Amino acid sequence: MIKIEVDNKTIEANQGEMILDALERSGITVPTLCHMKDKFPSGACRMCMVELDGANGLIPSCAFPVREGMKLKTHSPRVVRARKTIIELLLADHPDDCLYCVRNGNCELQTLSEEYGVRQRRFSGKKHAYNVDNSSMSIIRDPDKCILCGRCVRVCEETQGVAALDFIGRGCDTVVGTAFNEGLNVSSCVNCGQCIMVCPTGALRENSSLKEVIDALNDPEMTVVVQHAPAVSVTLAEEFNMKAGSDICGLMTAALRNLGFDRVFDTGFSADLTIMEEASELAHRIKTGGVLPMMTSCSPGWIKYVEQYYPDFIDNLSTCKSPQQMMGAVIKSYFAEKQGIDPRKIFSVSVMPCTAKKFEADRAEMSDDGITDVDAVLTTRELARLIRLYGIDINKLEPETADTPFGKRSSAGKLFAATGGVMEAAARTAHYLLTGKELADLKIKPLRGMKGIKEAQLKIGDLEVKIAVVSGLENAKNLLEEIKAGRKEFHFIEVMTCPGGCINGGGQPYNTDMDAVRERMQALYNIDRDAPLRVSHKNSDIQSLYDDYLKEPLSEKSHHLLHTHYHKRDTII
Amino acid sequence: MNNTDLQVILDKYPDAQRDSLIPILQDIQEVQGYLSRENVIEVGKHLKLPASKIYGVATFYNQFTFLPQGEYHVQVCRGTACHVKGSAAVLDAIERELNIKAGQTTKDKLFSLEVVACIGACGLAPVISVNGEFHAGVNGDKVRKILKNYRKNHQEVKITNE
Repeated sequence: MIKIEVDNKTIEANQGEMILDALERSGITVPTLCHMKDKFPSGACRMCMVELDGANGLIPSCAFPVREGMKLKTHSPRVVRARKTIIELLLADHPDDCLYCVRNGNCELQTLSEEYGVRQRRFSGKKHAYNVDNSSMSIIRDPDKCILCGRCVRVCEETQGVAALDFIGRGCDTVVGTAFNEGLNVSSCVNCGQCIMVCPTGALRENSSLKEVIDALNDPEMTVVVQHAPAVSVTLAEEFNMKAGSDICGLMTAALRNLGFDRVFDTGFSADLTIMEEASELAHRIKTGGVLPMMTSCSPGWIKYVEQYYPDFIDNLSTCKSPQQMMGAVIKSYFAEKQGIDPRKIFSVSVMPCTAKKFEADRAEMSDDGITDVDAVLTTRELARLIRLYGIDINKLEPETADTPFGKRSSAGKLFAATGGVMEAAARTAHYLLTGKELADLKIKPLRGMKGIKEAQLKIGDLEVKIAVVSGLENAKNLLEEIKAGRKEFHFIEVMTCPGGCINGGGQPYNTDMDAVRERMQALYNIDRDAPLRVSHKNSDIQSLYDDYLKEPLSEKSHHLLHTHYHKRDTII
Repeated sequence: MNNTDLQVILDKYPDAQRDSLIPILQDIQEVQGYLSRENVIEVGKHLKLPASKIYGVATFYNQFTFLPQGEYHVQVCRGTACHVKGSAAVLDAIERELNIKAGQTTKDKLFSLEVVACIGACGLAPVISVNGEFHAGVNGDKVRKILKNYRKNHQEVKITNE
């Protein structure tokens, strides 16, 4: 520990850390538009400049290590003037269309402009008029609004190992774009949306489906059903100023009914269904010497990643569709038959923490005879917008429960929202399927927590099952390379595209920090701790779906509706 | 440029890392005159670099182009001396005459146009270079004539060949 003086007060700092980190821990806020926690500083935006006693110029606090006894001023007139000038320069070529911008009210540039009292245009630069890239099902790029902070470029390369984006050109004409400046849809983008989560402005946003959903809700001929993913109920609260980690599943269900959805289903149900199929598939692969390690297939960003970069591993992917698609498939088959509704008259909406789910729902594999499993995907953010648009005060609602026949879920299905959760749920059921007995302790501790790569051995009967759990595609890449080189061996691997899992997905509220993600994770663990039904195979609605319709896991009908296969994808990588 | 040409270049850089990117791109451009999409992707595989990164680097430098060059490659000097002597109007005249912008190639692939910072012939300002042949003290009228001459030459060569 060393001591530094900041604004005439002494604070403690760790040897070797950057000034900005020490300031933040001491509760001193210094603005930044490019810095990302736990990443090497880039020093691009210069907003975090502070005044160092004895230095000639201002120094960037994100990239300047602390020194014993250094004296800093974080908000001296000189510093404030410099920051204000930077904002004014950033605004010189900004479109200034805040009123029409998706980030109106939660934009970092707008907030700083307000905080630093920018009240008039001091610099007028040449305005660019780039094309909006709306080629992707998931993500829209609007380069006019980009301030070239570089966060998206870095998260795409460093966290996800994809690097679909980079700086193109030079000087005033620099733009963030893809290889050969093509549309995102033909790039190596896996649609995870982590770039949206780090973008300080509206330059990146989801490809919204609100219009289609509202149109369907207003169409009297349509039966509009909605499913909500496990990660949404523990996150949506933050959009309505409740504290992170509040689970508002009941209130959200009530809100969805108020919005006019005819049925509200819980994707946790189809997560249980996924587990039945996936655990059976794993047991089958182990017994019959099938392709191992088996890898989960719930995360559509990961699927596209494998198709592009590791086509040799496609047969390792579980053939199970994701819970979203399984739910979509049983809605338009079993539910439609049971209710006597023409599946063409069902509009199936899903609320997901994810932008890649929009891409997934649009995949050719995800429809049957021209009937798409899922018709529109909303992110958590879009649902919040819809609730506000309809003037629903979510705090004044009474909690409600989801509809039958797809409303009941085990807490294992709920755990799907966090990294390690699919594995934990699968292990519980696989243990039962292989030994006929329940796991002694359902909580599998080594699988929990935020760590990017977790490895464990599970004893199932006489079998030692080697498993790994990864989140963040860069971590997945490292693990795959280890397997390829023969240094590691597993039976079963869970991969989630986003760090921490769906609770940190690209469709979650803006300005999510990792503390909030940890709270969301804890909320899931609490739900699981207190739940009466904690294993997928004991979900009575799942049992009746099998009894009535599917017969048994991996049956012909299951294969037709709930399984698929992926193919090598030719993209520019 | 065929695959063997590219392989010859890549073989010159065994076990190369990303710091060899620019020399490799320069070699390719020297042989092919431009960087094709296929070659960028192959270089990416060789260096284990994403195509976006290569594209980012290559667009940073003026020396790289992604369009095949025309039969006559026109370089317009926009250095200080040429600027003072009116190279902006020269560039404008060429762009109008060829109906392309700097960095582009005409549809008939006869001319391509590049802006360079300084050719190092300030005494001849404003100067343009066509396939390395310098034309000194040009203005709008002169460059129009120069370009017409090249076009005429091209047609004559074509007729003789036929």
